[in-house]
Amino acid sequence: MAYKEVEVKQPLMLTILPYVSIIAFFALWELVVQTGFIPDTLLAAPSTVVKTFIVKLHDINPDGATMGTHAWTSIQEAFLGYALSLLIGIPLGLCMGWFKVVEGLCRPIFELIRPIPPIAWIPLTVFWFGIGLTGKVFIIWIAGIVPCVINSWVGVRMTNPTLIQMARTYGASDWQIFTQLCIPSALPMVFGALQLALTYCWTNLVGAELLAADSGLGYLITMGGRVARPDIVVLGMICVGVSGAIIGFVIDQVEKKLLAGIRR
Amino acid sequence: MNTHNEPILKIRCENVSKTFIQKGNQEVPVIRNVSLDVYENEFLVVLGPGQCGKSTLLKIIAGLEMPDTGFVTLDGEPVTGPGPDRGLVFQSYMLFAWKTVRDNVELGLKLRNVPANERREIAQHYINMVGLQGFEKHYPHQLSGGMKQRVGIARAYANSPKVMLLDEPFGQLDAQTRMFMQKETTRIWEQEKRTVIFVTNNIDEALFLGDRIILMEGKLPGTIKTEYKVDLPRPREHTSMELLQMRAMITDNTELVL
Repeated sequence: MAYKEVEVKQPLMLTILPYVSIIAFFALWELVVQTGFIPDTLLAAPSTVVKTFIVKLHDINPDGATMGTHAWTSIQEAFLGYALSLLIGIPLGLCMGWFKVVEGLCRPIFELIRPIPPIAWIPLTVFWFGIGLTGKVFIIWIAGIVPCVINSWVGVRMTNPTLIQMARTYGASDWQIFTQLCIPSALPMVFGALQLALTYCWTNLVGAELLAADSGLGYLITMGGRVARPDIVVLGMICVGVSGAIIGFVIDQVEKKLLAGIRR
Repeated sequence: MNTHNEPILKIRCENVSKTFIQKGNQEVPVIRNVSLDVYENEFLVVLGPGQCGKSTLLKIIAGLEMPDTGFVTLDGEPVTGPGPDRGLVFQSYMLFAWKTVRDNVELGLKLRNVPANERREIAQHYINMVGLQGFEKHYPHQLSGGMKQRVGIARAYANSPKVMLLDEPFGQLDAQTRMFMQKETTRIWEQEKRTVIFVTNNIDEALFLGDRIILMEGKLPGTIKTEYKVDLPRPREHTSMELLQMRAMITDNTELVL
């Protein structure tokens, strides 16, 4: 009986904990601003942010666009860049893992580009693409492609060598081993890349929108800073955080569904 | 004229040696001057303790390793690489975790572009043979160790190899399952006769299964110490007098105890 009691109590405690920490965090935040411990010119209270959010749903002042427009612009940019980084990064990484020639050709260049922070590309991007959507997508693409290449590459490289031997004894060709064995067994790593790349893309959104823009969540944050409105800055930050978490959660669920057979 | 009584040579290993190069250019001779003939439909057991080169010998026959000296022939043709005429069963099963039992068994057929309906029919035959009917749509992680190895055996059979090579196939199973799988192996072999080379470190298993036992020296480089003919009718009993007597004889001749 005592055994059963422990089993019930433990998870309940653990389910409550995250809510406790979230509530405590916002309560403390509200308190330090309301009491004037931190002046509201430096930090907006959560209640103010909620009010600003409601206003911004239909009001385009002071930054020139409503919340919906900002969110939609950012999602478009982020997803274009994200999709491109998956489309190019994953096949490239998979090929680098299996074909020695591709690895030999691409690895040095990739290793050179990898450590450069994506926002360092902003000036060149302006020269090349001007200040439109293309430039922003390019920055996000650079950010997302790195984890795609690395994870797919490592995923293929980690294929069980005995499994490869097994396939050879069944007369499998190199191409068959690559497509029917290495790629499926790299899938968990590739799905890891979907998550990682999304994080990289989404977090570089703000940087990409430093490029002249007229809407977007990153732009909202920048504008909030320029017009000295901490509530707008915090609102933008929270939106980037929450929507990023939601998209991450969705991908996680898709991954679990698709990989049900692979994960043991 | 009397080809039925004359054993037909299937596999010949002639003076096979293999040395691996370890880190720091250290040479490790793994097998030395192994010569061995295997006849059609013979159940040959290669018996030896761990680290005696028996698995390497099997890999050389499978074509996954090339010998440094000597050669291996199958039906008189030299072995130059792995091929579907030799079905290898691994100790660690080596199933595709993302494929069902049926798709795993169909692997070799699919790689050779056998049409889907024919593939399915052949796979079903061998799934039934190893007693996995009803589990066709299960994934490997839903199966026990013994069942996984049944899939491995069905997969090898489905590819209709001339020779079955089994590398300590029951090494990861518990004692009960292991004995059961030995009985099953005998049953399957009698049902669909193949030339079998079965590697094990277990004397009981060797005696229970083999027509002939090749006993390896218990140290590297691996050499053949001696061989025994096991002329006992099947199915055999682990506790029969003849088996126990032979077991005592082999035990006296090796460091293996079990």
